[in-house]
Amino acid sequence: MKTSKFTKYGLLIALALIMSYIEAQVPVFFAIPGIKLGLTNVVVLFALYAMDFKSAFIINIFRIILVGFMFGNGVSILFSLAGGFLSLLVMVLLKKFTGLKIITVSVAGGIAHNIGQIIVAMLMLQTRSIAWYLLVLWFTGIAAGVLVGVIGGEIVKRVRWEDQN
Amino acid sequence: MKTDRDHENKSEKNTGDRSVSYKKDIIFIGIFILVGLFLAAVVFLTKQTGKSVTVSVSGKDVISFNLDEDREYMIEGKDGGQNLLIIRGGKAWIEEANCRDGLCINMGKIDSVGQSVICLPNEVVVSIGSGEVTDEGPDIVVY
Repeated sequence: MKTSKFTKYGLLIALALIMSYIEAQVPVFFAIPGIKLGLTNVVVLFALYAMDFKSAFIINIFRIILVGFMFGNGVSILFSLAGGFLSLLVMVLLKKFTGLKIITVSVAGGIAHNIGQIIVAMLMLQTRSIAWYLLVLWFTGIAAGVLVGVIGGEIVKRVRWEDQN
Repeated sequence: MKTDRDHENKSEKNTGDRSVSYKKDIIFIGIFILVGLFLAAVVFLTKQTGKSVTVSVSGKDVISFNLDEDREYMIEGKDGGQNLLIIRGGKAWIEEANCRDGLCINMGKIDSVGQSVICLPNEVVVSIGSGEVTDEGPDIVVY
């Protein structure tokens, strides 16, 4: 692996950890569990746009495992994995096969993230009664996606992240 | 510079004009919102006041109550977790819990079929059902 890439991974993973820490300090919004701003997704979105899918994937997996061990537990790692990777999958497909803007890609990613988490919750609790919950998470996913998309888009536009071989 | 160039290339591909190039995105986000509204419509149109309250721990149903009978019940969740369930005035809610976040308390009062209060740390789900609890078997089992 090239040193420059290695350094970028380190930087972005560190940034994702800081974002997670900040988010862990902010009380839960609207008193509904699972609702977060998704600030860490800014980092993943950035990696996806300024680098490539592989980088975004690697950064995603490292930040989920590290954050899980630092602030969470086995269950929260499972939730993050489901949400994080469904979201990344949707985003990379939309980015690749449609000409959509980063904000729309981010919104789709936000919704996918929440759907992934709901699926895990359904499997874990063996209940389907949380479909009700999907409604709330659908709209908060859109809202969080817009925010992440705007921030991520501005960062991608401004940061000059050239490959200096 | 690489990213700047990429960005310009992308907007050129999308016919250049900024206001036009957002059309597809607006349609997409519009679809997301419409699907959300559709979900909302389904949820609210099929909404009906429930008859029973079912408590489950770690995926197994533990006990059921009728929603129209006032009572308090201490749910014994996973790993010594406890959630105090209150049924009063046709609504059910968690009054107290010893889980670390207490989110289940914040989830409020529920009374519609399919609604639920969930405590993930204790793996407790309290959900509303449509059928009345029949009096087969004991109402409450005391261990």
